[in-house]
Order: sequence, then C-alpha cells, then structure tokens
Amino acid sequence: MQRSFLLYFSITLVGILFIGRLFQLQILRGQKYDPINNAAVKTQYDYPERGYVYDRNGTLIIANQLSYDVMIQPNEVAPLDTLEFCALLKIDKASFLKRFNRAQNYASYLPSVFLKQLAKEDYAYLQEKLHHYKGFYIQKRVIREYPIKSAANIFGYISEVSESKAKKNADYQQGELIGKAGIEKEYEVYLRGTKGKKYSHKNRFNKVTGSYKNGILDTLPSNGKDLTLTIDIELQQYAESLMKGKRGGIVAIEPSSGEILALVTAPSYDPNMLVGRKRSKNSVLLMNPNNPDKPTYDRSLMAQYAPGSPFKMMNALIGLQENVIDINTNFRCYEGYQYGRRKNEFMGCHCGIIGSPIYLKTAIARSCNSYFSNTFKRIIEKDNKPSEGLNNWSKHVKSFGLGDYLGYDLPAGAAGRIPTGTFYDNRINYRWNASSVISNAIGQGDVETTPIQLANFTAAIANKGFYYTPHILKKVAGEALKNEKYTVPKKTSIASKHFEPIIEAMHEVFKTGTGKSSQIKGIEICGKTGTVENSIKIIDGIKTQAPDHSILVAFAPKENPKIAIAVFVENGGYGSTIAAPISSLIIEKYLTEKISKPWVEKRMLALSLQEVYDKQKSKEIAPGTK
Amino acid sequence: MRQERNNIFAGVDFTLVFLYLFLMSFGWLNIYAASRTTEDVELLNFSTKYGKQLIFICLTFPLIVVILFFNSKFYEKFSSVFYIISILSLLGLFVFGKRINGATSWYNFGVIGLQPSEFVKAFTALAVAKLLSDRQYNFTLVKNQIKAFIIIFLPAFLIILQPDAGSAFIYFAFFFVLNREGLTLNYIILGVSTLLIFIGTIYFGPESIITSLFILITIFVILNIKKAGKRFLRFNWYKIIGAYLLLGIFVLGTNYFYKHVLASHQKDRFDILLGIKTDNKGIGYNSYQSELTISSGGLNGKGFLNGDLTQGDFVPEQHTDYIFSTVGEEWGFIGASLVIIAFMLMMYRIIYLAETHSNKFGRVYGYGLASILFFHVIVNIGMVIGLLPTVGIPLPFFSYGGSSLWGFTILLFIFLRLDAHKNYDW
Repeated sequence: MQRSFLLYFSITLVGILFIGRLFQLQILRGQKYDPINNAAVKTQYDYPERGYVYDRNGTLIIANQLSYDVMIQPNEVAPLDTLEFCALLKIDKASFLKRFNRAQNYASYLPSVFLKQLAKEDYAYLQEKLHHYKGFYIQKRVIREYPIKSAANIFGYISEVSESKAKKNADYQQGELIGKAGIEKEYEVYLRGTKGKKYSHKNRFNKVTGSYKNGILDTLPSNGKDLTLTIDIELQQYAESLMKGKRGGIVAIEPSSGEILALVTAPSYDPNMLVGRKRSKNSVLLMNPNNPDKPTYDRSLMAQYAPGSPFKMMNALIGLQENVIDINTNFRCYEGYQYGRRKNEFMGCHCGIIGSPIYLKTAIARSCNSYFSNTFKRIIEKDNKPSEGLNNWSKHVKSFGLGDYLGYDLPAGAAGRIPTGTFYDNRINYRWNASSVISNAIGQGDVETTPIQLANFTAAIANKGFYYTPHILKKVAGEALKNEKYTVPKKTSIASKHFEPIIEAMHEVFKTGTGKSSQIKGIEICGKTGTVENSIKIIDGIKTQAPDHSILVAFAPKENPKIAIAVFVENGGYGSTIAAPISSLIIEKYLTEKISKPWVEKRMLALSLQEVYDKQKSKEIAPGTK
Repeated sequence: MRQERNNIFAGVDFTLVFLYLFLMSFGWLNIYAASRTTEDVELLNFSTKYGKQLIFICLTFPLIVVILFFNSKFYEKFSSVFYIISILSLLGLFVFGKRINGATSWYNFGVIGLQPSEFVKAFTALAVAKLLSDRQYNFTLVKNQIKAFIIIFLPAFLIILQPDAGSAFIYFAFFFVLNREGLTLNYIILGVSTLLIFIGTIYFGPESIITSLFILITIFVILNIKKAGKRFLRFNWYKIIGAYLLLGIFVLGTNYFYKHVLASHQKDRFDILLGIKTDNKGIGYNSYQSELTISSGGLNGKGFLNGDLTQGDFVPEQHTDYIFSTVGEEWGFIGASLVIIAFMLMMYRIIYLAETHSNKFGRVYGYGLASILFFHVIVNIGMVIGLLPTVGIPLPFFSYGGSSLWGFTILLFIFLRLDAHKNYDW
C-alpha cells in the first residue's frame, strides 16, 4: 500500500462527510426554512380599524375611539426630574419606579406601554410636555366605543388574545385584540379587517436595518367590515329598561325572517365598562362567579327554564297532528287532574271551570291543566309502548328547534332538554306510563327551554308551521346576508292547518283569558301566559320554595305577524302579572312607537324584585365570599 | 536553467497558487459580507474589518516575493534557527504578551496584533522536515521518535499554556507526517480509540463503557483460547490483566477528569455537542445560530450580501472562526461545497507534489503542510457545521486575521519554493 494512502483517504472521507452534512443542513433541513419567519426579519403591523356596527335602522351602536398610551423605551431614557414627571402623569414615585422596572425587565431596547389609556383632556397637554423627556412618547391606539349603553350581551367585548391562540393562529400576535364574546367574537373575521404587514431586516439587537426585499412583500391594512345587526336598538333599550330590577330574559324575533329584534338579559351592564383603563378592574367585578346577578351570563340564550303553560300549545298541536284530539274534543276538569290512584297523585288546576266540558280554545285561554294532561296521555298511549309514544312526541317537539342548540349566530347558548323514551327508560327502574311523566303535559317536569327557543317556538306558531333560524346579522358591509342557514325556512312536523285553532285560542288569551288585562286597543295580540313552579331547595337548613317564574309568549298582530316574543322574569309570580304587561308594552312600542297605558309602563319600570332575590340568598353567606 | 534562476516564480505550481488566490479572495468577500456595518465601502482602511483584511491580503504579495526570493537551501539550512526563534517568540508571550479573551496569545503593536502561534506551525514543519531528512536519522529507533515528538510538542505545550488548546491540538497533525516516514499506525489507532472511549464515557457513563469493554476483551481472550489453546493464557495472562486494569483506570480517570478537572465551559461544549445539554441561548448559541444560518442558505444561497442572518450579526465571531457559515448562507450548498472541494484539491495537490520530491526534506515539509491544513479544515468547518465542539481556530486563507493569513501564506509558499526547485540537484 502506498504510504500516502492514509492521508488521501482521510481527506476524502472528511470531505464526503462534510459535504454530506451540508446536504443534510442545507437541502434537507433548509427546505423547512421560512424566509420571513425568522430572527433576521422583523414584521411590523399596521393595524386596520375595526368595523363599525349599526342596528337595523342604521343607528351606530359600536364605534371606535382613539386612546393614548404613554410609551417608554428604557435604553433611551435620559436622567430626568422624577418628581416633575410624576406630577405630569399624575402618578406617584413608587408607581413610576414599578412601571419603569417592568419596562426595563421586558426589554430595554424595545418600546413598551408605560401608562395606559390617558384621558383625552390629558393628552393634548402631555403631548406638548412629553417631548422634553427622552425615551417617552405617546402612542395612539384604537379602542372600542359604545355610544349606546345597552346590549352588552349582544356586543360582547374584545381583549388581548390568549397566548395559546396567538401561538396556534398565524393571524394573531401576542398582545393583539380579539373578540371574546357576543358578535365581537362571532363576527371577528369580518370586524377585524386585515393587518398591514411591513417586513424589514433586523440585527440580533432587534434594530431595524432596512426594508426586506425593498418592500415587495409588504401589504397595506384593510379596515374591518361594517356590520348591520337585526337588532332594533330602541326596542332593545326599552326592553332593558323594563327589566330593571328583575332577573330574566326577553327575546323578540321577526317571524317572517327569523331576525332577532331584541335580546335582553337582566341584569346586564354598560358595555363601556369593558373598554379602557378600568377594563381589568371591571371585568373582575363582572365575571366574579360569586356575583349572584351574573351580569355576563346571557339569560336570554343560556338560562334553561321549564317553559310552563306556553308548552300546552305544543301538546295541543301534537294532539291535533297525531289525531288524538280535534277541536270538538272535550274534557272535564274538577279543580285538577287525578293521574294516579293515590290521593296525592293529583295535579291542581286554576281554570275555574268545574265539571263542564272544556274545549281546546277555552283550555288554552284559561290554561286548563286537566285538558292537556288528558291530551298528553292520549299522545303517549297512542302507541303500545309509552316509550315509543314519548319518542314520537319528542320528535314533534324537536322539530320546533327545542331540545337542541338552535344554530343562531351568537357564541353563547344552551341545548335545553326535551325528554325521550330512552331518557325515562334509563331513569325510571319500573315500568312507567304516561302518568309517570305527566308534568311534561304542562311544561313542567323534565322539559327545559331557553328564552330564545321559546321565542322561536312562538314565531313558528305565528308562521303556522315553519321558522327561520334566529339570527342577529343582517348585513355585512351593506350587503344583505345570504347564508342559507338563515334564509331557508325550516318546517315543523305539524301540518299548517292545525295552527289555526291554536292561534285563535292564543288570541282568546288576550281577549278573555289569562292575558286579558294586558290587551291593547288596536293590536291583535296572540299569546300565552305561564307560571313556572320552582323546585324546593334547602337554604340554611330550611325547605324553601322560591316564588314562581313569570312567563309570557306572544306574537302580534294576529294577521301577518311582525313580532314574536318570549318574556321570562325569574320569580316574578303569575305570568299575567309581570311578563304579560311587559310583553304587551314591548309589542306596542315596536308596532306603534307609542304607549297607550303609561301607568302600566310606569309600574313595570319601577317594579323591583330585588327583595325576592335577596331572600333566596343564604343569610350566612355574604355575596362575594365562598 | 540559469534563466529560471532570475525569475523567482519559475517552477512555482500554479494550481496551488490559483487555489490559494481563490480561497483568499472568496474569503475576503465573505469577510466583507459578515463584517460590513454600513452601506459605505471603505476599502484599505483600518477602521473596518474587511478594510484591514484587504491590507493584510495586499501585504501577502511582498511577503510571497520575499519567500520565493530565497533559495530552497536557505530554508533547510536555517530551519533550526527559525525553530528557535519560534520557541523564543512563544516564550516571550509570557513576558510581553497581551491578554485577550483570557489567553495570552498576542503581541500588540498599536493597531496590529501579532499571534506567533500562527507562524510557529510553519517553522515547526521546517524543523521536523530537517530532522527527518537527516541522512543519519533512523526513524525506527524509539530514541529518534522521541526527538521528533519533542520538536513537535514543545511549541504545542507552550501554546497550551497560553492557554489556546485549539491551536495546540493542530500539532497532532504531524502524526500523518511521521506515519508517512515510517511511524507505525498504532499511534493513530491508539489516539482514535482513546478519543472514542473518552467520548463514550462522557456520553454513556463509565459503568456501561467499562462493562462493554470488559466483555470485548473477554470475547477476544476466549476466541484466542479456542484458537491457540491454554498456551495462550499461560503466555499472555499478564497482558490480559494489564488490559483490564488499564482500560478500567482510563475510563474511571476520564470520568473523573470530565467531572472534576475540566472547566465548566469546556465541559459544556462537549455536553452540547453530544446532545446531553441543549442551550440555544447561552453557550450553545454559537453552534445553534451557525447551523441555522447555514441551513437557511439552501441549495443556491441567498446571494452575496443578502444573507439576512449574516447581515443581522446573528452568528458571533462570524468574520473569524465562523466565516464558513457566511458561505453557507449567502452561497448555499453549492458555494459551501465548492470551498470544501477547493481545500480537498489543494491538499491532494500538495500530497501529490510532495510525493514527487526526490529529496526527503521537501516531502516531509509538504506532508506537514497538507496535514496542518487538513486539521484546520476539520476542526474549523467541523465546528461550524456542528459536528465538532467549539474550538476557536481559523479556516486557512479564509478567516479574518493577518497573523493567520500570513502564517499560512508562509507555510504554503515555502513549500512552493521547495517544490519549484525539486528537480535541481542542489
């Protein structure tokens, strides 16, 4: 072997090894290299203006305002007269040092916020003075403004995007704002617009050294799209004012389109509370889980209540559809309905018609429990097995959008509950029959619905058998919504003809029945009151039954309905005493823009149930503590 | 022939000169890319790194003329003198040297610093060539081998004291020279296996390495007993026990050395390279950035002055030890491979030419040159592409630095002088 072989061989080996390594680094690993997302390229964002929001009549309801932050870049700060500077910013020295150190710890060579959101009047004054202090300057930011202090549950709010979301989603950088609830969240994509991007070279000290590829990749920001909501903000405000001092929800829908006219939860809060300097303080206050008012909990969408008597229309409709009753069917009522053999297996009734035959129209107008218990029993017992009968019943109920998420365009919601045969098969060990589940006949028992589901149910009755999925978005940048989800009607499983007698009966409610006192001259209201019993709870060791919930569903006018509404007032007592007057006021306001019974309006505005609510709280546990 | 005596460039191998010029000028372009701070170009100016380097490059030409001016005989005759001056210059550092970054490796003359260790390599190569080419020198004698080791490792030892372990390590390159002249390969095998056991001990821990080595020895012994019978055991038992003991002590010693003797920053370098630790922000930052920078170049590179990681100064010491990362980023796989191939060609050519020398002095010197270049390339590029630990030595002809450039120029052009005259009978 040649003596030179070893060195030749070693050189060749190392050469191949090195070139192989270069291949691994540059060709294999190099493919994954992103020329823009790396340490040497700085991406600066130019933020677009978030879209404005208008109500159905064109009233501006969400706008933007300028906010001014004092910024600091610690490495550029020159020695300064701290006292004078603090006086200027209206902070004390300890706060100054805390803020300064926080900025210094973040990054000495990068700007960070020193003082957030100055008052507008301070800004002009400071702008003049601040340039004497090196390393400090004022930066403008755009934040939300809500000109109308209303509808916080619909608007939602925006706040800094979560760290995990910012990491996963390339559209967001840490520290940027994102819609967190309401339409701000639901329609974030329209509202946010597109950020402008400017790429520049930077060195390892993060200093920008020039534009990247002469700016050919840079983009301009495009502003967010303006939205028009289906909400009538005046109606919304009016309904909110009527709910003052009460807990509950109101949902008003235009039956012919499914457009949500008002969506009220009470108690609520001023949306401006979650904007600006006091935001974090307020959000702690509002979102405190021990706050019994739960102002950020949208009762109109999320609270699941037993629907009570309005559900009787459902059973009537199913009875007609299943042909177990017709308009000539009558039952007798003896102050209630004996559903079992034992004495206590008896459901009381307040219809007041004792022993005489009761027909459908009267049964609804007077809210007779016996009539619908009999009807329900027939529906369930139509098939051989009660379980099958109930499944069939459940199928009809669900065709009205009950028992499941409705599919409206807001991010909060609840499914409600419509029991099925399987539900009871699993729950009841012995053989059960219609009597075992008889409470469902009158909308108590295991049926649970949200106010918006109930409003939608009412709209379906008003439409005689179909509904449009309720929605809150009307137009995007002036163009009408074309989403088929909201423009194609959904049919219920009840034939159109069966709605006629029901509507007649509902009309009767306001003419002669339980809603009689809330009738309004010149408006043909069709509705149904409800009074929902609460289950017995144990508070401080004492069995307590909270006062009944007051409910009303209605639509008007009878011909060509313009509004369908569901009103739910927690612990308001009889449906006829609170929910009925409130609904008729809202209906009248919407249809005529006038109030013919100002004394009712005055009484409803002033009515507060706070005392009732306070009683339900445990006395030993003060609010806000555990 | 007389005519050629007047022309100092006569007989000079232009392949090597061409490769030399290519590496030097390509190196300068990369130094320019890595060190420029503004758009203004200030050539031949001491205020910028690339300006300084350009001056160093220009000054290599008179240096080359001087080297080529002298006769081959001159280098052979005065090699001992050069060597002694070299040793003195290294010793002088301890008195007059300037401490930079914790090492006393530099003489300081105002704007220019001089790093003697960069020159000593060349003169050590001359001294080794002189020793081995002596007609009375018989390399098979252990005494003579030790003489050679002393000549080689005396400067290495002085450099370690600076301390500059990286530059000292280069002297192991002379094993290739000694092997070429008859030294048994066992030294290299011993060296490589020592290194492997050392790394293995750090990586897998002493227990598993001792166990596996003992198993290997035992298998070896059993195989031999099967072959040669019990006789093998009778004659070799002390060797076998010795092997067990030696390996055991070495592994445990390595472990002790690594855990208790090695300074923590040196330990970290091994740890990061072996993947025991990851630290992309602290000590591992250099390697991490350097690999990233090279990867980002892709096949074709981002183009001259368009390497944004280079331009953003993300790789520390990029104009000196990490200059190859600039090539990787701006010239891509093609450019980086080209540099490696250029070095390979240069080394092949030197070995080829050295083998044609009829005279032993030139051949030994040529081998010294090729081996030193080889080691520099391995250690430097190996570090930059993340295959070897961080050891700060320059890439020949390429990295920023006057001493290194001139040191390698002297090393190369003395060989070219010797080579140009190889065919004369002098």
